[in-house]
Amino acid sequence: MSPADPFKPMLMKIEQVTEEAPDVKTLRLLFADEREGRDFAFRTGQFGEYSVFGEGECTFCIASPPTRPGYIECTFRKAGRVTSALAGLEPGETIGFRGPYGNVFPIEDWQKKNLLFIAGGIALPPMRSVIWNVLDLRGRYKEITIVYGARTVADLVYKRELAEWAQRPDVKLVTTVDPGGETPDWKGEIGFVPAVLDKIAPASRDTIAVVCGPPVMIKFTFPVLARLGFAPENIFTTLENRMKCGVGKCGRCNVGRHFVCKDGPVFTLAQLQEMPQEY
Amino acid sequence: MEALRSKARELLAGKTVQVVIGYGPGSGGGARAVFIREAAQADILVFDGTCQQNLAVYLMKPEVRKLGKAALVATPPALRTILQLAAENQLTDAALLVLAVSPSGNEVVPLATFAALEAHVAALDHGLGAADKAELETYAALSLERRRQFWEEQFSRCLKCYACRAACPLCYCTRCTVECNQPQWIPVPAHDLGNLEWNVMRAMHLAGRCVDCGDCSRACPVGIPLHLLNRKLIGAVFADFDFRSGMAAKADNAMSTFKPNDPEDFIR
Amino acid sequence: METDTRSIDREALAQLFLQWQSGGKRIVAPKRINGKTDFARVASLDEVSLDRVQTVQSPKSAVFPRVEELFSFLSRDGKVEIRERDLAALPGTVLFGLRPCDAAAFASLAAIFTWDSPDSLFSARLANTVVVGVSCPRADEYCFCTSVGGGPGAVTGSDILLTETGSGVFLAEIVSEKGRQAVHGADGLFGPAAGMDKEGHLAKVEAAFAKERIGPALASLFDDAAFWEEQSRRCLGCGACAYVCPTCACFDIQDEGGASGKRLRCWDSCGFGLFTLHTSGHNPRPLQSQRWRQRLMHKFAYMPERQRVLGCVGCGRCSRACPVDMNILEHVRAIAEAKP
Repeated sequence: MSPADPFKPMLMKIEQVTEEAPDVKTLRLLFADEREGRDFAFRTGQFGEYSVFGEGECTFCIASPPTRPGYIECTFRKAGRVTSALAGLEPGETIGFRGPYGNVFPIEDWQKKNLLFIAGGIALPPMRSVIWNVLDLRGRYKEITIVYGARTVADLVYKRELAEWAQRPDVKLVTTVDPGGETPDWKGEIGFVPAVLDKIAPASRDTIAVVCGPPVMIKFTFPVLARLGFAPENIFTTLENRMKCGVGKCGRCNVGRHFVCKDGPVFTLAQLQEMPQEY
Repeated sequence: MEALRSKARELLAGKTVQVVIGYGPGSGGGARAVFIREAAQADILVFDGTCQQNLAVYLMKPEVRKLGKAALVATPPALRTILQLAAENQLTDAALLVLAVSPSGNEVVPLATFAALEAHVAALDHGLGAADKAELETYAALSLERRRQFWEEQFSRCLKCYACRAACPLCYCTRCTVECNQPQWIPVPAHDLGNLEWNVMRAMHLAGRCVDCGDCSRACPVGIPLHLLNRKLIGAVFADFDFRSGMAAKADNAMSTFKPNDPEDFIR
Repeated sequence: METDTRSIDREALAQLFLQWQSGGKRIVAPKRINGKTDFARVASLDEVSLDRVQTVQSPKSAVFPRVEELFSFLSRDGKVEIRERDLAALPGTVLFGLRPCDAAAFASLAAIFTWDSPDSLFSARLANTVVVGVSCPRADEYCFCTSVGGGPGAVTGSDILLTETGSGVFLAEIVSEKGRQAVHGADGLFGPAAGMDKEGHLAKVEAAFAKERIGPALASLFDDAAFWEEQSRRCLGCGACAYVCPTCACFDIQDEGGASGKRLRCWDSCGFGLFTLHTSGHNPRPLQSQRWRQRLMHKFAYMPERQRVLGCVGCGRCSRACPVDMNILEHVRAIAEAKP
């Protein structure tokens, strides 16, 4: 947790910059202060506020799993002022980090269950943390299925890790691209994520579904899950809203009486159905 | 006022318009904008000295535009605002019915086209009243140094609430300059520099366009006399370019039009 | 601590001002500026203006300034050094002449700034501020303190509450330990309060609605888009209401000065379209009617549910300041009376 002043960031050194896709990068960050790094702990699902000093802060989930201490990672697309500044940084440079904020994926409750991860495009980052978390504790979970799609092959993020997951016998990975997004040597599925999900029709019994993606993908995925028999309490997603403080004070991230920064970003579909559709 | 009310009733009952934008009774004995959509509601319409807000600001709001064809109860500044909006290609001819009301409230002149509006506006007196003239002259007589001190003091109280922008019918940009952060042209926080830059920039963006309705000053919660900046610029544009905004539905933008005989006395 | 009730006259009060100043405190009170009455630093009691029902702006700047520096940073040779604020250097303030509604507002502000991760800047400023309220001999049509749990003579939130009882003599209720410390060493300036009538010098403000009805009414009206459109049609989406409000605390964070500059916190308003706009262009509240609804929901439903305190003290400033006469009392009454 950040020190007494909730707005003061910890200093982080960029150890590695990875280009995931056009305009999408991953930063691996080390704590400049060793003691802060040792004391730092987070749980999967949580996010932070990442600073470029002089430009501002940006909200990203922590994309690395808590099972791998010593560093944290974030993945972002260059879109606005702060992400453009982040995209221009090199290893060795310093940024700020405040966190961890928000609630968590209740992975302890998911033990002995099947896990179904569904993600689209730039929304794989929030799920990467929880996927690696459960894979690092593989024995506690039953079948693990990952369905991930992007517009085109080039837009798939974490290509190296997708290859790793595809090799693992204890993970079923299905990747897809939108029709027209395939390359001549593409071996995966072709179709929108909801359609591909419908096709593979994973069993819902004793299964937890985690869905992250652009609003349109989510909108069409929920009905597929309902048809497959998933109860709303067993479907998890993450909400994103414009954030500034991350600690429930600046007032801008609320969805009804819930702050995405405090009561989220992880919500079940059952919870979303009780909330105003204002997100 | 009965003339206005019965006109409104007639327009709504006959479905000539879907909404009459006018004034109704407000808090503190004042008036407020009302949007009459049914003939029976027309009784609340008033028109008197308390009716000062420039209602043309609502012509650019999507929430009002979606109500359908409108009739707008227009004060003289609002009449000129409509012509200026027309000159900036924001309004279509004959798509709006303007109701010019005499100061007594007893006479209603419906103006259905820009041409009719131009003729009506040409016949009005647009000069400043005695008190306003005196105020502007006192201000203009200040040395540059004293003027700078004056505005520094005034803008130190600015909150950057943007009430001035919101109230101004000619500030209709859907993405205002202050909302750009790449680069952040105007600082967001309401510190002295940000306030100075905001207010001066807004005055410059209105140079050659402002019709002097005064809503910016009226809207300012802390009483900054913004109208002084605008009036000074109106005088400068008239003196330099012989141009007055809001008089014609087709007019070039004064600050982006070059004429060979534009004065060049600033080149020394 | 039990309230200690005394009396003080104008001359003695002026002396008390001097005592506060020589103790290193700045005094902020209502003052006439540019034809309006607003909070500003004053050097003497003579500069204070108490003849208006209410000031334009609230006194929240004392604990939540319009702009404040969170910290500064220095970037050099690939390293960054953060310089924190020296909280001990924050000025001590006596807020004088605010009304009971404004005093009550500090509880709403504190609820936001101290829940979860306490805001050290806010807390330090609040600890450094003595609240000397003045009760209300008059109210106007915009006031509705009694509908939201307050009153023209309520002591909640004040360290000292003064009530003018005629001929320049004030009843002085010393409510809190901080108030007692503020008059420490000044016993000679005070007299007894026996027989002074407070009630008789207070405005009469009838409750306009039952506040318990508002939360449930709002819940049932949430999806009634037409209701919110009607209420907000003339709203222009400026920030005047939020900025003059004593309980509005929404803020923005902005970096300035490049790589060696400052991180600032500044006021923001849920009424602005930009407030919830995502970089992608998606906006959860794209319509002004939704933003108006958010204002009312936040103050009258979400804050009571989450922070157990209303987000409105009935001061009426928003209604007085609004360029288009959005009268919050009128709107809340309509909500209380709406048939679901």
